[in-house]
Parts: sequence; C-alpha cells; structure tokens
Amino acid sequence: MNSEIEVASAEQHKAIMGFDHMQSAHCENGVTANLLRFHGLDISEAMVFGVGSGIFFCHVPFLLLNKLPLTSYRVYPGMIFSRANKRLGVKMKVKRYRNADKSMSALDKMLDEGLPVGLQTSVFYLPYLPKSLRFHFNAHNIIVYGKQNGNYLISDPVMEYPTEISYVDLQRARYAKGIGAPSGKMYYPTNVPKEVDFRKPIVNGIKGSVFAMTRFPGPCLGIKGVRYLSKRLRTWPEKMGERRAGLNLGQVIRMQEEIGTGGGGFRFIFGAFLQEAAAILDKEWLMDVSKEITASGDHWREFAVMAGRIFKRRQSQEENYDALADILIDIADKEDEIFYKLKEISL
Amino acid sequence: MKEEDVTQEDKNKLYEGKNRLLEYAVDKDGNYTQKLSVGFEPKNIALEQAWELIDDEIAVTKKRVAAGELSTLAYHMEINLMEPGLLAQHMGYFKWTVKRHLKPKVFAKLKTSVLEKYAGVLNITVKQLKSIE
Repeated sequence: MNSEIEVASAEQHKAIMGFDHMQSAHCENGVTANLLRFHGLDISEAMVFGVGSGIFFCHVPFLLLNKLPLTSYRVYPGMIFSRANKRLGVKMKVKRYRNADKSMSALDKMLDEGLPVGLQTSVFYLPYLPKSLRFHFNAHNIIVYGKQNGNYLISDPVMEYPTEISYVDLQRARYAKGIGAPSGKMYYPTNVPKEVDFRKPIVNGIKGSVFAMTRFPGPCLGIKGVRYLSKRLRTWPEKMGERRAGLNLGQVIRMQEEIGTGGGGFRFIFGAFLQEAAAILDKEWLMDVSKEITASGDHWREFAVMAGRIFKRRQSQEENYDALADILIDIADKEDEIFYKLKEISL
Repeated sequence: MKEEDVTQEDKNKLYEGKNRLLEYAVDKDGNYTQKLSVGFEPKNIALEQAWELIDDEIAVTKKRVAAGELSTLAYHMEINLMEPGLLAQHMGYFKWTVKRHLKPKVFAKLKTSVLEKYAGVLNITVKQLKSIE
C-alpha cells in the first residue's frame, strides 16, 4: 500500500466536510467518539468505552453464533453507545426505516445539511473490508460524512483511512437480515454539551462495569462466566472430539482478538480508560488498577497464544485444554481482585 | 501489553494488506499509547480455521449439487454464508419455502420472477444462479 497517496486523500476527505477521521480499535466506541468530536466535545475512544461500561465477559453455550457457543468480552451491541450518551448528557436522535429508499433519502438530507450520520451495517456487505473478515455480523457501526460522485464517503472507525461505498452496497449493508438486523438504523447527535465534567460519568461508568462483572445472576455472566468457560473447556476434547473442540476454542479466540477489541479482549482499552480516569479524578490508586488490568490482558493474550498452538497441533507436552482452563482460573482470580478494588470508587 | 509486543503477523495475507488495526499498548514509561498491528498469529489461525470449515461445507454442497441431490440455489446460498432461515428473511418467504427450493425438481419449475428475486438477493445473474461456476 502506498501510504503517501492514502494520507493525501485522507486530508482531502477532511477538507470536504471538516470531518476528522480518527481510527479506533472498536467500531461502536469509535463512531460515538468521532461524532462527539465533530460536534466539539473532545473525547477519546477509551473514555467512551469506560463511561459506557463496555467491559464484560459472558459465555453462553445455549446461544449459538455461527453454529458455535456465544462468548463475548463486551456488553450487548448498542449499550456502550446509549449509556455513554446518557451519562455525558448527549442527546442522540435514533431513527429506523421500514422503507429502504426512504431511509437513503433521509440520509442524503442529513448530509446536505453537512452533518455526519452514524449507521448500523452488516460487515458482510461492506466491500472495502478484507474478504476474510466479512461474516454476517449485523452490529457494525460506521459514519457517513459526505457524498461525492454518487458514492458515499465513509469513515469506518476500524479502518486506517476514510473510504467510499456505492449507493447499492450501502443500502444492502443497511438492510441486511438476521440476528440484530440493522433495519436502516441511523443516528446523529442533536445536542452535545461543549464542556462536560467527566468525573461523575467516569464514576458511574466504573460502577456499572463492577456491577456487570461481579453481580449479574447466573453462571454465564461476568467473572463467573470466565470460571464457567474454564470448567466447560476442560471437557471439550472428550465430549466433542479434537476437531469440534478446536472450533469452539477458535470462536473464543476470535471474539477476543478479532476486529475491535484493541487486544486482550478489551482489557487494554479498559486499562487506557482507567489511566485517563486516574488523571481526571486525581486518584493514584486507579493507575495501579490500570496496571493490573493490563497484566490481566497480557494473560488473555497468553491464553490465545497457547490456544493457537493447540489448533495447529504444535503444542508442547504440558499445553492442553486443562492448561488453558487453568489460565482462565488465574484470570478470574485476578479480575475478581481488580473489580473488588474498583468497587470502592467514588467522587 | 508492551509497545514492542504488538504483533505484526499476517503470513497468509488474510487481510490482503488492506488494513492495520489499532491496538492499545503500554510504552516504557507505563503510559498507554495506540499502536497499529498487522495481525496476531493465534487470531489468524482461528480465522483460517473458521474459513476452512466453511470451505469444507461448500465442497460437500457442490458435490451434492453435481450429484443432483440439491439445486444450484443451495450452492449459492452456501457461498453467501447463508442458511435457509436467513435467505428466507431476505426473500420474505417462509423458511420451509426456501428449503423446498433447494430440491432440484422444485427449483427447475420456479418462475422467472422468483429466480430474479433470488439472483437479486445473492447479487448474481439468473444465469449464474442456475450453474455452479
């Protein structure tokens, strides 16, 4: 890739709309942060993630995604967006349309007014993404910030540079069907405060995360979910055979490291958020917790590396599903401590 | 993760050199920074494995279509990573209707308008829909 040309075009893009494309690790945080930044509120991706209480864990074997059990390292799509907006006092207008043509003309009207619009799309129908990443996943967020020669100018927060997409492709992506179908969802801020006191939203964000990680009922959710996965993972090779077990494990690793997690199943983004929070709230101990969560993220990466060797059958003697399960128990113990400490947060 | 540990692994060109992803890492002073990563080997393996599974299923379907057990629609559904349920939602049909259309005998008798609708959803021509090229 010739980066010089690409950078020039990124600047061109910026000149068209005054829209500043900032790459982010995760689409939902990125779209929210980019939209707010356009409207004059300077906010980082990590801050949106933290204030929206994005960090989570769940392993739900009876919900299937691509025919494999659901494992997730984040809250349900859309929740970071709505909670962050609520806590920051931002008013967002969210619209859905039954009629595809109507929704496209509504989008055009917003662009004519010079306002960037956030859209929910399906990854499968976005031709600018590498083919290997295009599955039917309906909760990908992008920003449209202009129109040129009949093509829409797209700021996809996980991409390095802004891109373009044709009318037909965009319509397809907005009207994909299946679980969590976007049904033409589009949104834009109507009221963004210029100055926000971040202290209260940060405290509420952390409290929300602590609650989700430690207090949700049932065995599947929060840190209990890590232990639950560990327990189930031990039995996989016996119960379903080497191949099927590998596929199940592959799904866990993909959810952890695939597009949008910033590495280590969102633990590093959360660490970055805690670091920012420590400076804003002037609490030194949050900095220490940030280091601990970073260590926990590193642990998740080790888990992924070992799992990778197991799929490839290049594992050493002591690397097997039991060893993986032990890593998970370790992680659960550490994260228990971390969130126990974070419980003490107050203004 | 330390800054220097951000991985740049993409042996099999899974991402077609198109895009680097943003990751968060700690610099030597212990502060968080953003780093671009080309890829991470375990993730690549997991992704390849997911595609292998899909390719296997496509190969099986292709054989069954060639043997006359399934209609060509089954093949095109499969390469679009769809299942009868999802395709039915796109078409506005019941799932059992789409399943019925997977039978070669039923598929052969479909009206042109229905074939055109399938072709539109799968983003191909009617001629392509009737073959497994």
